[in-house]
Amino acid sequence: MAGGREIKTKIKSVQNTRKVTRALEMVSASKIRKAQDLMKASRPYARLMRQAIGHIARANSEYKHPFMVERSDVKRVGFVVVSTDRGLCGGLNTNLFRSLLGEIRGWLDKGVEVDMVCIGQKATSYFRRLKVNMVGSVTHLGEKPQIDQLIGVIKVMLDAYTEGRVDRLSLVYNDFVNTMTQKATVDQLLPLPPSDELQSTHAWDYIYEPDAATVLDHVLTRYVESLVYQATLENLASEHAARMVAMKSASDNATKAIGTLTLIYNKARQAAITQEISEIVGGAAAV
Amino acid sequence: MSTIRCDIVSAEKEIFHGNVSMVIATGEMGELGIAPRHAPLITRLKPGQVRLKLENGDEQFFYVSGGILEVQPQVVTVLADTAERAADLDEAAARKAKDEAERALANRTDAMEIADAQNQLAQALAQLQALEHLRRSLKH
Repeated sequence: MAGGREIKTKIKSVQNTRKVTRALEMVSASKIRKAQDLMKASRPYARLMRQAIGHIARANSEYKHPFMVERSDVKRVGFVVVSTDRGLCGGLNTNLFRSLLGEIRGWLDKGVEVDMVCIGQKATSYFRRLKVNMVGSVTHLGEKPQIDQLIGVIKVMLDAYTEGRVDRLSLVYNDFVNTMTQKATVDQLLPLPPSDELQSTHAWDYIYEPDAATVLDHVLTRYVESLVYQATLENLASEHAARMVAMKSASDNATKAIGTLTLIYNKARQAAITQEISEIVGGAAAV
Repeated sequence: MSTIRCDIVSAEKEIFHGNVSMVIATGEMGELGIAPRHAPLITRLKPGQVRLKLENGDEQFFYVSGGILEVQPQVVTVLADTAERAADLDEAAARKAKDEAERALANRTDAMEIADAQNQLAQALAQLQALEHLRRSLKH
């Protein structure tokens, strides 16, 4: 019986792989719900923060914060990249990095240098191989990222922006559309993109306590932090969704492969039996 | 009695939402009492209590470890910080992020067991794909 044992071993190994992919699929399916809850819980803050920023943008303040002023001469741009810590999530990270690399190449061609901070193991290990200037990194955020885990990397970039080392700052992450779709997104963080809302009809301004510079500095820092935090949560939900889909198709493939292998095995077995019988019959006829 | 809408949120959850007759908070320059029709104001909050006087005369207390208070004609918004924040703590966090990046750049040959296991699994998945191809070619 040619290759019967080998085929059997192969079937066993595919079965084992299927066990793993099934388990991963189910784990992700349960985690995706928690990640979505986190995303929902953080939305009110992001919404009210956006609203406050909208008000500030429309207030007729004499003071213009550097975060709100477009710089004419861009020498160096910064990227905050949000990736996953673990792999086996289909093309999620790869697609994200590909669209980011396109962006980076565009800047490099214009003679603009690139600084980046990486959130997540995958981005950190991917971009350290490339010739980009990685100025900060944070990994292993876990299933429930906290905003204080992100403060460090954000501060690195904001300081660079304030001191004029970076003239533009973008945020790169996977936007969670639904379980089947995640969209690689590049958003401009700084300078704040001008809002398309209408200018208010009458001139007004806030009472700033203690003064405009201090308060706006504080508010805008919090704003950027909330955007990055939101992106991290979106990315987390995307990760679980992508992994679930990838593992599901892997499990399906494994099932198909097992079917095929079983068929091959049975054919081989049948062929061996047929051959044996014909040999016996042939032998008997010869006697 | 006139009221004003009040929202209190932190980055991780919504804390309060509703109509109140007064908001009392500890601003950076001192205690603030915000009644309806207050002029637009924006300030940082010091760690402390935010007290709300509700429509029915009841009071509610919340503790915030800092944040932002924004007053608009129709709404008072409190954007509370969840984490303990101080300039030197932020500085330390930033330094840590930089160190992490440098460490990642230095450890180019850092062999991780998890990564190994994942590689093996990825190989198994690739094999599955190959088998799938085999299956298709057998059919034809």
